[in-house]
Amino acid sequence: MRVDTEPDAIARPLIYRTKLPVRIWHWINALSIFVMLMSGMMIFNAHPRLYWGKFGANFDQPWLVIGNHAQAGFLRVGGVEIPTTGFLGYAMDTARAFPPLVTIPTGYNLSAARDWHFFFAWVLVLSAIAFLLYALFSGHLRRDLALQRNERKLAHLWHDVKQHARLRFPKGEAARAYNPLQKIAYLGVIFVLIPLVVLTGMTMSPSLNAAMPWLLDVFGGRQSARSIHFLCAFGFAAFIAVHLLMVVLAGPINELRSMITGWYRLPAERAVTEDKP
Amino acid sequence: MSLITRRNALIGGAGLVLAGCDKITTSPTVQNVLSLGQKANLTAQRLVQDRNALAPEFTRADLSPRFRENGTRRPGGDDYNAMVANNFADWQLAVEGMVARPFKLSLAQLRGAPARTQITRHDCVEGWSAIGEWTGVPLGLLLRRAGLSSNARYIVFHCADQLLGAQYYESIDLVDAFHPQTILAHTMNGQALSVGHGAPIRLRVERQLGYKQAKYVMRVEAVASLDGIYGGKGGLWEDHSGYQWYAGI
Repeated sequence: MRVDTEPDAIARPLIYRTKLPVRIWHWINALSIFVMLMSGMMIFNAHPRLYWGKFGANFDQPWLVIGNHAQAGFLRVGGVEIPTTGFLGYAMDTARAFPPLVTIPTGYNLSAARDWHFFFAWVLVLSAIAFLLYALFSGHLRRDLALQRNERKLAHLWHDVKQHARLRFPKGEAARAYNPLQKIAYLGVIFVLIPLVVLTGMTMSPSLNAAMPWLLDVFGGRQSARSIHFLCAFGFAAFIAVHLLMVVLAGPINELRSMITGWYRLPAERAVTEDKP
Repeated sequence: MSLITRRNALIGGAGLVLAGCDKITTSPTVQNVLSLGQKANLTAQRLVQDRNALAPEFTRADLSPRFRENGTRRPGGDDYNAMVANNFADWQLAVEGMVARPFKLSLAQLRGAPARTQITRHDCVEGWSAIGEWTGVPLGLLLRRAGLSSNARYIVFHCADQLLGAQYYESIDLVDAFHPQTILAHTMNGQALSVGHGAPIRLRVERQLGYKQAKYVMRVEAVASLDGIYGGKGGLWEDHSGYQWYAGI
């Protein structure tokens, strides 16, 4: 018989929350997205300018440039130039859009970065397909990820936004399930960011342009697809930042355990007096 | 003071991390495993694509106002300079190797041969694109005339320019060699091909990236294998910088 020595073990039971396939996909996905972001930044360094439309090169007008004036780095979006020395354009004594610390490989090596990028593109796509099939047929999608009827109401979502802004996360029984904003974030990654980043990546392929010319029409040309691909990468980076922040705020040990072993300790119900000074 | 120490510690730590990462990225085993991704690209793309599927073609309204010159902009050497000086009047393109009837054609003969004109997008591996109009002789036409051997597997393009201290060359397989848009272009945007863009002729293989579009083509050779040709990987960038031979993405 198992003896839980924690005094609040009854109020804070351990529950089996994250099934094995979800955990496996989470970590494969975490690895492939990190490698793709870092090798993608190296690929971007080869031509750190973005355009809209069918074509775009040095003599055409970019909407985004990361560059440097001597040892001063800058980010230019539209007509606005923001100094970014030490982060972008010029950092670590190197004149590169993204600094060596965040790129794979660290030095300029376009062919190696492309090898990393395409290998993990296959890992990302194949594991995402496997996960989607699992989520559909196991009920994970319908039960855990889809917004329940009451959660689809704007008032409910607005309430959830306000609770998040106050850093008040669900406690007790309410913490068994993902909360609505959390679900929206995960659904956004699974059904918007990943498909969009894969399709815009495919649109940049001259070979696939011959096989599937409609992709070019969908995204408005190869350089538009490249821009959207970059914006998706930014979306992934923003998701990761918020995701990690939430893990830290919600209790990193408990959250990490649930994503490694599956077991999650429900946070204690908020005491009535807790809100009062 | 403590700030400086911490800063140094951070930089030192970052240096260690970077050194560790580079050890992984330069390992031959890792590189071999990673290159499987790009090999899968070739297999998958050939699987979903009709072998004669055309690269998108555009209209004159889509032309890049200024088409960037890339790679070699002017080959060095007296031989090439002499060719430019007399407008390639004595230049001849050799079609040879594993063919029954090797032959040579002058620029005038190439200009008089049946031609295809196409407005296509040139995509550099770096990420930029430019749209241009190309006119040239379909490569398949030349290979049929030469009587390509049934043992030939690749077509190698020997070029006049040098990059990274080596002779530029490129190669494609027979799927791309006989593709209707694969041409040896002598005309760009209605003008004789300029030196900056590869005069007298350059290869256009429209379903691949820019480094496959060999400029300054002097000789076309049919071969059974790429082994033993220059560095053996099928192209200058492939030999010297590890770029993949198949550049469909």
